[in-house]
Amino acid sequence: MFLGRVVGSVWSTMKASNLEGQRLLIVQPLSPEMKRTGKQIICTDSTGAGAGELVYWCRGRESSFPFLPKEVPTDATIVGIIDSLDVNRT
Amino acid sequence: MILARVVGTVVATRKDPRLEGKTLLILKPISPEGKDEAGYVVAVDTVSAGNKEKVIAVSGSSARMAEGCKDVPVDTAIVGIVDDVRLDEK
Repeated sequence: MFLGRVVGSVWSTMKASNLEGQRLLIVQPLSPEMKRTGKQIICTDSTGAGAGELVYWCRGRESSFPFLPKEVPTDATIVGIIDSLDVNRT
Repeated sequence: MILARVVGTVVATRKDPRLEGKTLLILKPISPEGKDEAGYVVAVDTVSAGNKEKVIAVSGSSARMAEGCKDVPVDTAIVGIVDDVRLDEK
């Protein structure tokens, strides 16, 4: 799983029927130091995350598991909202 | 999932039988701002997207969860046509 921040959202009316009712959020992946790492990605959301929130997200087939038994065609899902973060650097 | 723009089609006569009847489109990945990004992908279309349309593409094994793609040898599928992208001001 990866850290990220919700930076926007995507609207789509014409979409796969299994995607109906899913919110599509744009997530900027972050390093533990809150630096931007890599390209922004569109995620489905299983937690109710909102704009600007710090989240963790997973990618791959597993990202559709929160929606089982519905088979949602997604390859990235927000699976948690981060309350606090401790990074130990030695 | 990634944002992309439809830039062309692929025609193939000789292909896996399970791909028969599927539309193959060439996608150019774009950033949420609409700028082109590197590379191209060929994707199966499940939402009847047209040329130059902004779409949402799902990749990896999740692509097989798109409509009509069960047990089909695909790794990228178009699952939505984008109406609007909103980026929060930072």
